[in-house]
Amino acid sequence: MNLTLKIWRQQNAKASGAFVTYQVQGVTPDMSFLEMLDLLNENLQAKAEPPVAFEHDCREGICGACGFLINGVAHGGRRGTTVCQLSMRFFKDGDSVTLEPWRARAFPVLRDLAVDRSPFDRIIQAGGFITAPTGGAPEANNILVPKDSAETAFDAAACIGCGACVAACPNAAAMLFTAAKVTHLNSLPQGQPQRDRRTLSMVAAMTNEIFGSCTNHGECEAVCPKKIPIEFIGKMNRDLIHATLHHRGD
Amino acid sequence: MTESAETQQHPVAGNRFVAIWTSVIGKKVVMAVTGAVLILFVIAHMVGNLKIFSGQEEINAYSRFLREVGWPELGYGQLLWLVRIVLLVCAVLHITAAVQLTRMNWRALPVGYENRKDVETTWGAVTMRWGGLLLAVFIVFHLLHFTGGLVGFQSGQFEHLMVYQNVVAGFSVLPISLFYIVAMGALCLHLDHGIWSMFQTLGWVTVQNTKSIRTFSRLVAIIIFVGFISVPISVLAGWLR
Ligand code: HEM
Ligand code: FES
Repeated sequence: MNLTLKIWRQQNAKASGAFVTYQVQGVTPDMSFLEMLDLLNENLQAKAEPPVAFEHDCREGICGACGFLINGVAHGGRRGTTVCQLSMRFFKDGDSVTLEPWRARAFPVLRDLAVDRSPFDRIIQAGGFITAPTGGAPEANNILVPKDSAETAFDAAACIGCGACVAACPNAAAMLFTAAKVTHLNSLPQGQPQRDRRTLSMVAAMTNEIFGSCTNHGECEAVCPKKIPIEFIGKMNRDLIHATLHHRGD
Repeated sequence: MTESAETQQHPVAGNRFVAIWTSVIGKKVVMAVTGAVLILFVIAHMVGNLKIFSGQEEINAYSRFLREVGWPELGYGQLLWLVRIVLLVCAVLHITAAVQLTRMNWRALPVGYENRKDVETTWGAVTMRWGGLLLAVFIVFHLLHFTGGLVGFQSGQFEHLMVYQNVVAGFSVLPISLFYIVAMGALCLHLDHGIWSMFQTLGWVTVQNTKSIRTFSRLVAIIIFVGFISVPISVLAGWLR
């Protein structure tokens, strides 16, 4: 099939960008969306034009590297699917497809469809860890984890940090990401000693990176390739209220 | 992309109430709590209004009751003023937090998308800001109208404590009735999102109960809407005269 692609092209973080239209021919339904872009880039390179920059790594939906808006929806709008998992069989010959990078003050465009997501790393650095003595691995059953806590933690830990939640949010908020990371460790017994401090620090880091705040529209949940539920945001809110009122400082 | 030192958030600020107000989530908590107080008031207000269907005597007596309640521990109208002050404080906090959060959110998204589609959101959610503003305008008008009798009445028509007569005269003016109905539509939308949002902000929504809370939110919003508009509609229809 043949497609018309309207892609955001931007030289670097300082340059101003614009949409450029390309035609790709010979796309087959068994290609992934990124393979279709590879095809476009091969054509561009053959003509000595700069290829379209986009991030990718695992190409199987587990690393969180890929992501941009396809026709106005982050990751293309198929529930629980990253761009790399998106199959070209969902497109028809002659379709016109718009590709736009994540937009948020905290995520400046580095080049074309690639944005700087290091604010997420700094949110993790603020509290997305537990402190444990190093040494030999402890006996696995020393700390018993209730089944429902394990399930909640696991659902939250499924977050791959792709940034689609920020991209889809009308306020460019990072609440779903932060909530997933907070919920992951706050649900486990190993996370309890630092629970209050973790919640306060990660929320403060999130605010300092100039993300917006939540208005409960639910757009983040709708585009999340890992289907992280917005109820985790409620859980983080509750942990934050508790931490603010009870934290003793250390 | 961090800001200068004085606007930096510190994980643990000194005073806990200051800490709540300085946190983005804390401001939402303030909105949720003040919103809850306002909703409870709105429900009580609506139920009070329905007394008009029991007749003149009933509603006018209710108006006097609101001022006399608490006697002899409280003087005439003291409880009413206490409630008014609490409501005013709630409204001011609610609006201040809304404005501050909205400005922060605009700052976080300086470059809009050429094309971003909403896939999940509701009418209620997207009209919170403009609908809220309409409610603020409505509240001011409403106080000048039925509390003060300063607008919407011919001179000498409005009489303090004569609620029945004032309401019938006030709603006989078609544009005023329509404005009330539109404003109650805005309130309905605001609460459809707001009540659910309040539970979410306070962390009471879980994956299991989220559907029921959304339904509850919509139900309360619709009941409030129908309850309030029944009065201007009944006046326009000539059922109350
Ligand atoms: C007077 C002007 C008002 C303005 C400008 C305003 C604005 C807002 C805004 C911007 C939000 C947050 C929107 C969101 O979460 O998406 C909100 C939430 C809310 N509003 Fe209002 N509002 C007003 C009046 C009212 C009134 C009269 C009530 C009660 C009857 C009310 C009840 C609520 C509730 C319960 C919430 C949810 C709070 C939360 O998210 O936790 N608001 N309002
Ligand atoms: S490339 Fe790893 S998730 Fe898409």
